[in-house]
Amino acid sequence: MKIDPTTFWIVLPVLGIGTYLIRLSFLGLLGNRPLPPGLRRALSYTAVAILPGLVAPAVLWPAATGGETDPARLAAACVTLVVGLVTRSVIGAILAGGITLYAVLWL
Amino acid sequence: MRPVRSPFLRGCVASAPFVIVVVPFGLLFGVVATEAGLDLLQVMLFSFSVFAGASQFAAVQLMQDQAPVLVVLATSLAVNLRMVMYSVAMTPHLGAAPFNMRLLMAYFLVDQSFAASQVEFERRPDQPLADKVAFFFGTVTPIAPMWFLATLAGAVVGEAIPPEYALDFAVPITFLAICAPMLRSIPHVVAAAVSIGAALMLTGLPYGTGLLLAAVLAMAAGAGAEVALMRRRGA
Repeated sequence: MKIDPTTFWIVLPVLGIGTYLIRLSFLGLLGNRPLPPGLRRALSYTAVAILPGLVAPAVLWPAATGGETDPARLAAACVTLVVGLVTRSVIGAILAGGITLYAVLWL
Repeated sequence: MRPVRSPFLRGCVASAPFVIVVVPFGLLFGVVATEAGLDLLQVMLFSFSVFAGASQFAAVQLMQDQAPVLVVLATSLAVNLRMVMYSVAMTPHLGAAPFNMRLLMAYFLVDQSFAASQVEFERRPDQPLADKVAFFFGTVTPIAPMWFLATLAGAVVGEAIPPEYALDFAVPITFLAICAPMLRSIPHVVAAAVSIGAALMLTGLPYGTGLLLAAVLAMAAGAGAEVALMRRRGA
């Protein structure tokens, strides 16, 4: 599905300004003060709490196949994860996953 | 090799290796965003104004899934909340710079400039403020232009790629690749596992709110696991 232009033109400025304010928070406005340990702890898990949940449905039920579990996409996801865990290389994992996807699709 | 003296150049050298990550990432964003129906101007404005790869991918994915504006914004901003930690960590070193300078530095506070500066400032905390500021701007000098150029190249290429190349799966693969190296401790693995389990169970909830709920649960699970581990080690 294509992105709705109205949605885009609302998301763009708000996400841009919001992200800037997050970066500016302490450096520009709040100054030199410690973060409460509980807050620091929660913040350190934000990315790892969102991204896996965002991709899980797309891995198991890809829209491109009408929601049917697809062996090629499942294999590509597993290879990406394993290569990323072992090598700690983001680009290595993307390449390995991409090659697996096209190899299995082509078979 | 003669050691580099200028703090600005040392900053450039310290973040140069990140170019290898930033270029393919920017290319991929350009391609994916173009395939999702954004035109060249929109794609470039996106990279200029947000300048945070993971949240840009997340926003594109959610907008493509027709999630409501509020859900798109809440989720993508949450992806960027980790930068509060960057802002906190940089303040003891850069917080004494003039306000205008700090306004500019905040724009350039990205994963790579933070990582390179943090290592440098911890190793040599006593260097003068001017040197630290110069080092910081050095770290963004290779990164920022390459991010914008790579996005541009990706957007131009993306217009030429037909949809049957299974590019729908570029975003999931990219996210998995970003996440895998993050799973460096048991609490991180717990957070990721809860995120996946809860997101799958809550897909039925309207307007993509299931993902937000899953994220909150996963964050609590990660933080809880960290506290539990600390207690066990302390006992």
